[in-house]
Amino acid sequence: MSLVTLIGLLPLIGAALMYFIPNKNTDFVKKFALLVTTLVAVASLFLATGFDKSLTSMQFTQSNAWISAFNINFAVGVDGISLVLILLSTILVPIVVLATWNESDGGRWSVKTFYVLILILETMMIGVFAATDLFLFYVFFEAMLIPVYFLIGGYGSVNRSAAAIKFLLYSLFGGLLMLASIIGVYVISGNQIGSTFDLTQLSTLEIDNQTENFLFLGFFIAFAIKAPLWPFHTWLPDAAKSATPGTSVLLLGVLDKVGTYGMIRFCIELFPDASKTFTPLIITLAVISIIYGAFMAIGQKDVKGLIAFTSISHFGFITMGIFAMTTQGMSGANLYMVNHGFSTAALFLIAGWMMARRSSSTISDFGGLQRVTPIMAWSFFIAGLSGLALPGLASFVSEFLVLVGTYTRYPVAAIIGTLGIILAALYILIPIQKTLHGPITPGNEKMADLNLREKIAIAPVIAIIVVMGFYPKPALDLINPTSEKVVTDAGFLDPIAQVKK
Amino acid sequence: MMLTAPALGYLLLSPMIIVFAAAVIGVLVEAFMGKTHRAAVQLTISIGALLLALVQLWRIRDISSTTAAVNSVTIDKAGVFIQATVVILALIAVLLIADQDNFTAQASALPGSSEEAVALSQKNQQTEIFPLFMFAVGGMMLFPVATDLITLFVALEVFSLPLYLLAGLSRRRRLLSQEAALKYFLLGAYASAFFLFGAAFLYGYAGTISLAGISSAAGSANEVFLLIGIIFVSIGLLFKISAVPFHSWTPDVYQGAPTPVTAFMAACTKVAAFGAILRIFYIGFAEVQTMWRPIITVIAILTMVFGSVVAIAQRDVKRMLAYSSIAHAGFLLSGVVALSKDGLAASLFYLMAYGLTTLAAFGIISLVRDSTGEVTDLNRWVGLGKKSPLVGSIFAFLLLSFAGIPLTSGFIGKFAIFSAAYESGRIEIVVTGVLASAIAAFFYIRVIIMIFFTDPVNDSVSVVIPTVKSKLSIAVATIASIILGLAPSLLLSSATNFATFIK
Repeated sequence: MSLVTLIGLLPLIGAALMYFIPNKNTDFVKKFALLVTTLVAVASLFLATGFDKSLTSMQFTQSNAWISAFNINFAVGVDGISLVLILLSTILVPIVVLATWNESDGGRWSVKTFYVLILILETMMIGVFAATDLFLFYVFFEAMLIPVYFLIGGYGSVNRSAAAIKFLLYSLFGGLLMLASIIGVYVISGNQIGSTFDLTQLSTLEIDNQTENFLFLGFFIAFAIKAPLWPFHTWLPDAAKSATPGTSVLLLGVLDKVGTYGMIRFCIELFPDASKTFTPLIITLAVISIIYGAFMAIGQKDVKGLIAFTSISHFGFITMGIFAMTTQGMSGANLYMVNHGFSTAALFLIAGWMMARRSSSTISDFGGLQRVTPIMAWSFFIAGLSGLALPGLASFVSEFLVLVGTYTRYPVAAIIGTLGIILAALYILIPIQKTLHGPITPGNEKMADLNLREKIAIAPVIAIIVVMGFYPKPALDLINPTSEKVVTDAGFLDPIAQVKK
Repeated sequence: MMLTAPALGYLLLSPMIIVFAAAVIGVLVEAFMGKTHRAAVQLTISIGALLLALVQLWRIRDISSTTAAVNSVTIDKAGVFIQATVVILALIAVLLIADQDNFTAQASALPGSSEEAVALSQKNQQTEIFPLFMFAVGGMMLFPVATDLITLFVALEVFSLPLYLLAGLSRRRRLLSQEAALKYFLLGAYASAFFLFGAAFLYGYAGTISLAGISSAAGSANEVFLLIGIIFVSIGLLFKISAVPFHSWTPDVYQGAPTPVTAFMAACTKVAAFGAILRIFYIGFAEVQTMWRPIITVIAILTMVFGSVVAIAQRDVKRMLAYSSIAHAGFLLSGVVALSKDGLAASLFYLMAYGLTTLAAFGIISLVRDSTGEVTDLNRWVGLGKKSPLVGSIFAFLLLSFAGIPLTSGFIGKFAIFSAAYESGRIEIVVTGVLASAIAAFFYIRVIIMIFFTDPVNDSVSVVIPTVKSKLSIAVATIASIILGLAPSLLLSSATNFATFIK
């Protein structure tokens, strides 16, 4: 059994063991969940240390026959891109568990159910990034909707069931379009090389242009809904507003990355020609997302809505970096996925604590927090600055790489994208000013600062944001070779930037 | 004049003979036995006969013959598989039907009459339901292996007539039940007439009633008659699987019939009718596929879309599942249109998976009641998940399986059948199919919301403690459904091995 499989199975075993813990013993349930998820995080660090950075092929592979009638295998493995995303997921989950210790108390169902759902979700998150069999990927891709659906619908705040169903229907719709494309790829593989779902074999298929375009669109729309790209984004703000902060972190931080990850792994690797055809359109959508998300974020009165729209803007950057088809853009996009995961986690968790203390998520209800709760305010400040890509913090490196990588091929898009950075300063700094500075708004005088548990939870995230800002090399070392391989395999060469003197 | 006795392959026919014999014995038991142990005896006979039939089917699994009953019945691998599917589903269904509480004590008494009340108070429960059920099962076993038009018609009637009666046997809301039965009977009679009419044309065209003969006569005469024949025979068959536009009976009958009967009807009729359709189109009409394939493609597309869209508007859980069964008929028709070995194998898997899920779902519906009996109004199902989490979760799982979410048997079935259709170049069906699935997901998930995300209200329902028989039936169907979702290989590979019709 490969280490990847083991890591993926651990949370599931944990979920099964939870059955034996009595319902009422909520404190033990939480501690047990924390223990299991921390173990998974540690195990995935071992995975990272055992990973050979010089190779671009899949490592820690395992393949067992699952449904032999269709030649479907339980095939997993990691390369640089999937490894960093698995690390992102496994590190974020214990942080979320610790940070949102009391979030599950007021839910529709028991605390135990909440953590069982979280653990099942973690297994699926690892599976979706590790799958090297198209069918297996699809299974995780769709099945992971169900625990999220119950997490939003069962433990969220206002309008939770409406938001949950909106999320599920959007995702299912995209997923089913992708299913049609998967069937198409499978049948074509049957005609050419013998039916298979193996990704490396599938990438050798010769598909005629028109078919390839349609198959590509099936995949792309599914991923564009997942990683919300304008105009497929409308489910995200609702889901983020209604879900608990912890669920939102997993939703925005990890699940949406499945969309951008899928664009790289499936859209580009399986359909390089169609990707080329659609690149101008996709870059346009990405630029619209960047600007639209930023403007919408500026207008938000609700903290959760603000973070959701900033994410839409950031996903625009990631998509732009991916489809710029340059190694810098690709590396930048990959790094951006990780950085966005941690920045959003920090923002959402701290915003969650603020909201829980004030029982409100309206920005104008806060004010002068810097004086009442200095530690919380400083953490929020750093997370915010990372969100606007301040040099020295994590997001800056990736945003810079994306813009440079895009500029060499699509200068106009890159220039408009740069506007997004300026807007980012507005949508982050204005709320920070309103919430952290100025006079203390009535009702906030006795707000408590972060307690020890919260400090322990947020410290690693802040540390990662700062360290990755100054020293992104470890992550880039993992990402770069694979990114280069993706771009060159798709038949692209890095253009030389033309600057008129 | 010398009459030669027809040579019958008794071994090959034995599964059907056993079931029919059990039905006849059931009639005698009904006539001559006292009421105290009658129900138990009837149930034992039914289960025993079904088990025995299953054993016989296992023994003949590798034998193929076109002459089991003088060219009227063809026993081949696919035929045996379909028969086994019918028997297995019937075994699960009979446990639901054994809950006598759902059926009127005396079918001959007028609804609301004093005879009815007396029969009920004296516990004069009649058990004719068992022989009727066994006759229907026998007919359903004959239908998919019949290879001439007359035998097909006889089989069609043998399983339809008991079903008409069964539909009218509900204990509560008897008028609705009887109305459903009458409607089902009248429309069914029309459909049978269409079938016969088409059969006459086919006979006129080919000069023979055997499917193989029709197939080899293709192209020999004016094809208009062949086309008319195919169309009218198809109407009769499409009625049974409730394809659009011949579906209008389905919601009313599903709603009116006693729930265990609905379960049996929804699961087994579909298997038998699709078995026959597959054989007729794959054997009889394959040579002239350019004639009917476009028509059936259009019907498949209409059926998927119509079933999924109209189901959204339903407020009654049985009606909703009726429309969902219409949509599933559309999905299954793509297996017919595929016209390939893969299409047949996919259909075989789909039928078994769908049948199990359907039985379990209707089994659960029969448990949800208030003081006056079953409650099928979805608005009163709110908060069911809070009152009985287990039943709520099982039902949610079954709905997800209907919707075709990965890791359920429904998904594997859908994947198999759509890839077969795609392989045969029927891409339009695949695209419509996935879109219809997306629409369908909406109403399945809405029910999950009602069960789990809404608080119970005062007049919401409760779940009765199921009898051991229902419990067993629902448990077996659910567990089998779960296994088929996680490890479909076993059934898929045997479906592939058994996916051959012989001429």
